[in-house]
Amino acid sequence: MTSASDSLPTATDDFLKGLWRENPVLVQVLGTCPTLAVSNSVRNALAMGLATLFVLIASNAAIAALRKFIPSQVRMASYILVIATFVSIVDYAIQAISLDVHKALGAFIPLIVVNCIILGRAEAFASKNTVGRSLLDGAGMGLGFCLTLLLLGSVREILGSGSLLGIELFGPSYQDWVIMVLPSGGFFTFGFWLLFFNWWKKRRLGRAGRVAALTGAA
Amino acid sequence: MSDQSLWTVFLNASLVNNFVLAYFLGICPFLGVSNKIETAARMGGAVTFVMLITSVFVTGLNALLAAIDAPYLGLISYIAVIASAVQLVEMFIKKTSPALFRALGIYLPLITTNCAILALALFQTNRGYGFLQGIVFALAGGAGFTLALVLMAGVREKLGLAEVPDVVKGTALGLILAGILSVAFMGFAGLGG
Amino acid sequence: MTASSSNLPNPPGPPTPSTTPAPPVAVRTPIWPMYRAMVGIGLACGILIVLAFQWTKPIIARNRAAALNKAIFHVLPAAKSSLTFRLEASGSFAVLSGKAEGEKVVYAGYDADGKLVGFAIQAQGMGYQDVIGVLYAYSPEQDAVTGFRVLESRETPGLGDKIDVDPGFLANFERLTVELTADLAAIVHPIESVKHGEKTQPWQIDAITGATVSSVAVAKILRESTAFWAPKLRPHLDDFRQGR
Repeated sequence: MTSASDSLPTATDDFLKGLWRENPVLVQVLGTCPTLAVSNSVRNALAMGLATLFVLIASNAAIAALRKFIPSQVRMASYILVIATFVSIVDYAIQAISLDVHKALGAFIPLIVVNCIILGRAEAFASKNTVGRSLLDGAGMGLGFCLTLLLLGSVREILGSGSLLGIELFGPSYQDWVIMVLPSGGFFTFGFWLLFFNWWKKRRLGRAGRVAALTGAA
Repeated sequence: MSDQSLWTVFLNASLVNNFVLAYFLGICPFLGVSNKIETAARMGGAVTFVMLITSVFVTGLNALLAAIDAPYLGLISYIAVIASAVQLVEMFIKKTSPALFRALGIYLPLITTNCAILALALFQTNRGYGFLQGIVFALAGGAGFTLALVLMAGVREKLGLAEVPDVVKGTALGLILAGILSVAFMGFAGLGG
Repeated sequence: MTASSSNLPNPPGPPTPSTTPAPPVAVRTPIWPMYRAMVGIGLACGILIVLAFQWTKPIIARNRAAALNKAIFHVLPAAKSSLTFRLEASGSFAVLSGKAEGEKVVYAGYDADGKLVGFAIQAQGMGYQDVIGVLYAYSPEQDAVTGFRVLESRETPGLGDKIDVDPGFLANFERLTVELTADLAAIVHPIESVKHGEKTQPWQIDAITGATVSSVAVAKILRESTAFWAPKLRPHLDDFRQGR
């Protein structure tokens, strides 16, 4: 799971790795629950992605700042406390900004607390690195998560509602593929994006002439 | 206090609105622990048990939070209860069945981050379930979760012997399977009224 | 001199505490830093949450009031202003300031001359997927439900969520009869849902094909809500006329 040039990761590397190479959803297969649940429209995907991004950056920074203060035995409990606090704050912020979006996202805002990405980055990175680097890591991973949500959201919304961000794309004769906005559609879309991603990875590695040992199972 | 009958609560949570296949909760263990039927069943059992404990405590917590008028402390207290419940279950399993403890491995503490359990607490609160309804809800949710996991494990065990193209192996295939299972469960719509 | 054939790394010893120096006797990390961390973080988190809550509370209340107002004037198009009333234990109604919400609250709509045009009442119940919240208009003069709006629902997209937009379904609520018995104590014909196309009586709701559960849920919500409110509102209409 590590890259070849891992000797001295630069700041940009901290940020960029979350976008593609170590994408939390497509590569690490974390945070799958909200990815599937909130990606039935671009607006919801965007809102959820941004909310998670905020919590990720904030909690990474807070945990990195407190890392010397938290003994190892209670670290999980402390991380969860910190994450839950920021999620509560985000919950109230979204309600204050737009009740409509809040209703659409529903129970999945509090569920950001158990988004494995946030806990995973806290444990794997923020607990061992400076605040600055943790901020970048959080931003990169959060944006990677956002991107993936948008990938799924756009496909599901275009096919399932014939619109993008609420703007109708096709004429009234377009028959919505309702299944795309239903749970099954979420599973299928995610599965096919993963499939495409794996195929793309395999092609690139095959072209480089290296024998790929990647079969999609990390 | 919701006016749903216990039977409706049970059918709804286990089949019609299955936690995994309809609400997308508990996907991580669903994709991660569903390779063998036996492990899947045990994971399901552990999750159901944690759900039961959580449900009971949440009913009490909600009454307490209402009494002190601090609804904003809800999220943090639910997660504290869940973390403690998982800790308890872990110690219990370690003492009574070390073999099971080893079989579940890392997935046992990971129940804390299982969105299904936190969602149980949140749904129970939002729908205003009483004590008995909450217990039935937890049992049904856990049963539905176990059912989805075992079904998935059954299919995957069979697929382990088949020739699957490389690009699809692993999680991608699991997701497509889940999609098909989800469509199948849509057939339960309207059951229980 | 033969060197040992294998260079074994140091055998793993007890984990060295990184931050606090261990007391000479105990090998485990002492308890105090754990308590300090948990309690410290717990307190800081609690304060942050309370601050966020208090800061956003007025904004959220404003948003909710605005949304509610919009819905009230949507279901009571003839109304130009509205007042909030609460049902008292004695059975009469007292006016409240602002836009309160709750189980025992109704909204009265008045036209430009201050005449009562009807009531907007909130109701909710379990739908197919989750709780459905609605606002409906009740007209004591017409003995009917005259307006309907879904406030919140998480029904199946493309199917159940049609209860909000399907024109055929919404037409049910232009005049849904809820006639009271002579003693104003109960509704003669409780609202019920029938299969699409089979509506024959003015108190029936034509369900949406493919969204039966959601339609039946709406019927149940309205039936129970009107059964509760209509007998209580009719005898006390004066409470509302004096309000203006």
